[in-house]
Amino acid sequence: MDEKPLFDGSFSVVGGGNYDNAGEVSTSIKTILKKMGLPGDVVRKVALVSYEAEINIVSYARKGMIRLRVVSDRIMIEAIDEGQGIPDIELAMQPGWSTANQKTREMGFGAGMGLCNIKSFSDTFHISSEVGKGTHLKIIINTNSSSLQ
Amino acid sequence: MDLESVIKVLNLKVRSGEDKLKTEVRGGYAGDLLSDVMANSKEGDLWITRQVHQNIVAVASLKEHAGIVLVQDSEPAKDTLEKAIKEGIPILVSELSGFEVTARIYNLLKKTD
Amino acid sequence: MTLHEIKELLDAEVLIGENQLGMEVKTAFVADLMSDVLAFATAGSLLITGLTNPQVVRTADVLDIAAVLMGRGKRPSQETFQLAEELNIPILTTKFILFEIAGRLYANGMRGCIEKVGSK
Repeated sequence: MDEKPLFDGSFSVVGGGNYDNAGEVSTSIKTILKKMGLPGDVVRKVALVSYEAEINIVSYARKGMIRLRVVSDRIMIEAIDEGQGIPDIELAMQPGWSTANQKTREMGFGAGMGLCNIKSFSDTFHISSEVGKGTHLKIIINTNSSSLQ
Repeated sequence: MDLESVIKVLNLKVRSGEDKLKTEVRGGYAGDLLSDVMANSKEGDLWITRQVHQNIVAVASLKEHAGIVLVQDSEPAKDTLEKAIKEGIPILVSELSGFEVTARIYNLLKKTD
Repeated sequence: MTLHEIKELLDAEVLIGENQLGMEVKTAFVADLMSDVLAFATAGSLLITGLTNPQVVRTADVLDIAAVLMGRGKRPSQETFQLAEELNIPILTTKFILFEIAGRLYANGMRGCIEKVGSK
């Protein structure tokens, strides 16, 4: 991205199945975007993508971070984690495929829809992963340039 | 009201239990948390859920549900279907959302009270 | 239906949002699995669930959900309550099971926020 971003920040996420503050980053992101005057549906999309990514980090990684970058015509969300990684990405992207443990399921997660949800709400979606190292998501959501003055 | 009538009115697709369609539906239970369904659903309930893994068959069998209704066009997993056929548990699929299917079944049963 | 009407219909207790009972809600979503809510629930709808952990409130916040109605006599945990206060999300609780809740609301005009998959 060449132009100077309207916002560029990173938020760290605690993993290891610790749900105490899970979702905090996404709430912060939502607040930031709302303050910037972005339309409601765009804010919701970004918040949703961020939230699913955040929950994935909490559920499956040791720790991670979410980077939010806003430019005039799009928003980029990057989720990078340190953790077990995904051995078979194609399988992981299948609706219903889940490796969630009991605790995750009891929270209401682990239905195997996280990555699918992220993808379906993204305009551009890219995922890479290395077993034993971690997973990297790159998402772009386009916005109306007229909504960002 | 029997299962067959519910299926007809709500356009449910039958995936298993074709020979159990005369089963009486006594009530309904909506929920996706298995421990909750085990604790709180009743015999003769039509269980409405979007869980598709094979454990749903064990639950429906143990609780003697009239059948399982999967919502939002969710299809049972392969091993779920196999188990359901083996145990004679009717699995039905609805294209409607959980709220819509649950609400309609409730009001359908209420009408015949 | 307004939150007040929902409260009356389901004999519900309003834990947070006493000052928002005039809020109009036209659609509802029933779910115990967060992913479903995230994928399908729409802004301004009523979330009906048996979950009580703070993530329910986070989800409601992320999606601009109007209010959370906990069924099966479930009550929010302390953390959930605090978070809902912080984020200003109305929480109601009723002893009725989700089956009964959906049925009664539907009979009073409430509809699902999506009728079927693919109709969003």
